Amino acid sequence: MTALERIDGVPVWRAVGATPGPSVANEKAGVVIVGAGPVGLTMALDLARRGRPVTVLNQLAFVAAGSKAICFAKRTLDVWDRLDVGEKMVAKGVSWNVGKVFHGGSGEPIYTFDMLPVKHQKMPGFINLQQYHVEEILLEALAKFECVDLRWGHQVVGVEPRDDSATLQVRTDGGDYVIDADWVLACDGSRSPVRNMLGLDFQGRVFEDNFLIADIRLKDKRPAERWFWFDPPFNPGGSALLHQQPDDVMRLDFQLGWNVDREACVRPENVEPFVRGMLGDVAFEPEWYSVYTFQCRRMESFVHGRVVFAGDSAHLVSPFGARGCNGGVADVDNLGWKLDLVLAGQAPEGLIASFDYEAVVTADENILNSTRSTDFMTPKSGASQAFRSAVLDLARSHSFARPFVNSGRLSMAVAYPSSPLSTPDESDAVWAGVAPGAVALDAPVANGWLLEALAGGRFVLLHQDASLDVTEGITVLSLQAIGDPEGLVSARYDLQPGSAYLIRPDQYVAARWRRPTQALVEAALRKAMGKY
Amino acid sequence: MAGLNLEPNIARPDDIYDRLVALHAGLDDTQSAVVNSKLVLLLANHIGDEAIIRQAIALARELGD
Repeated sequence: MTALERIDGVPVWRAVGATPGPSVANEKAGVVIVGAGPVGLTMALDLARRGRPVTVLNQLAFVAAGSKAICFAKRTLDVWDRLDVGEKMVAKGVSWNVGKVFHGGSGEPIYTFDMLPVKHQKMPGFINLQQYHVEEILLEALAKFECVDLRWGHQVVGVEPRDDSATLQVRTDGGDYVIDADWVLACDGSRSPVRNMLGLDFQGRVFEDNFLIADIRLKDKRPAERWFWFDPPFNPGGSALLHQQPDDVMRLDFQLGWNVDREACVRPENVEPFVRGMLGDVAFEPEWYSVYTFQCRRMESFVHGRVVFAGDSAHLVSPFGARGCNGGVADVDNLGWKLDLVLAGQAPEGLIASFDYEAVVTADENILNSTRSTDFMTPKSGASQAFRSAVLDLARSHSFARPFVNSGRLSMAVAYPSSPLSTPDESDAVWAGVAPGAVALDAPVANGWLLEALAGGRFVLLHQDASLDVTEGITVLSLQAIGDPEGLVSARYDLQPGSAYLIRPDQYVAARWRRPTQALVEAALRKAMGKY
Repeated sequence: MAGLNLEPNIARPDDIYDRLVALHAGLDDTQSAVVNSKLVLLLANHIGDEAIIRQAIALARELGD
């Protein structure tokens, strides 16, 4: 079917080769990241840019190919742009904002949505990009940092947690060794060996459905949009999804149902009718075919002493909504600055507990949305089936029914309205704009974009004509200094003369005031650093 | 309190009841379920007020069991 080399059944994108073991059998390390997928590598890059030495242990000695994450949401692109790799991702990826949903054989969509309803932002609503390209771009960026020690073919086979550290036993071709780490960040995927070795819970729902992914190479000029079908002629009773990827690769996804012969499903003679049914009589080459099932699960807590879980190891969702990898990047975006402040001794260790709170809020929202999409796509009862038929029928001719059509609610930044790090608005203040606990919204400024001005990895006080003494640990940005040529910063933040926003290093709003004072700003800063 | 109206509110109840039943004439159970679902969605959208709809949903299940 494919020319890709496999190692232990995993397709290889690029062989790297095993990294030799360390010269000492007992090492000490500050931060060890387990797993070099997009989440682990983004975590490493964030910490490296803050000057933190990190050791990354990757079980595989190669960059894997195969059908993995492809849809990266605006918030993830904003995070990567903060880490100076966003532009590369966008340049390599296929940008898209519009999704169309079709029903039956009609070529007219019953529902169309725009993932970037607020225009004039640096990053697009989404890009599609093969996971191996994402990993290669992150690896290229990490190679510039001497403080990053990335080890290929190093498998964690033992974890011993303690109050103030954790010991990892690591296996290489050349023998085992031991690392004592102040912090272990388990970004080791859905089957997380670290989670399993610690015997930790992973509760949730298994969905009884199979989906076929066909990644194919095809020269074709279609609009860069997400197309989704309910009950198309080429997959009666099921759904189907089409995404464009770079390098003339397309991802086709077909709902198969529960009782299927999974091995038979990926045979070329069984995949080709689906492909031709969707795309017509085209000439294409297979890149990778696979069948997947999915689950929605999460750990009860992501922080276990000095072992912290992020990404698929902590939470799993269905792929409809692109909330898996994007949710994982949100985790490490949230964790990086907190861990840095704790390691610097500037914030109490309790700040990490706020990661647990905020990442769980994010995971729950992702699981909720993903579960609802799945229930719409695979109705579990007669009544559920009837409501879906009703929505799809009505949506053809009545606009009121279209918002009910759920082909995946796509990943967007999650807000933490009740975060312990946020300071509520002044009781008499009236605000539109961006509320505490919500992520900053991009807007054009004089020499670029607001989010670029908020990308320094520090707390920022964004204000309009507020007269405040500078507080230690905060970068002060006045609207006048950054410029607001189109008035969109003012409008999107509802700024008035004297107003100020305190924005966290991860670009989330911590507090805002109509009448800021140095004392108020300092109190909000303490709170946002976990000193509450 | 502006809640769900549970007082009689339809001038000619027999006519409406008759229409609700007649709506399903000639349909099998599956088709009926779809038609009822459409009706629920149409009325729910017209009402629009999430609190009212939630109240109706809660009452429907409570009385139905």
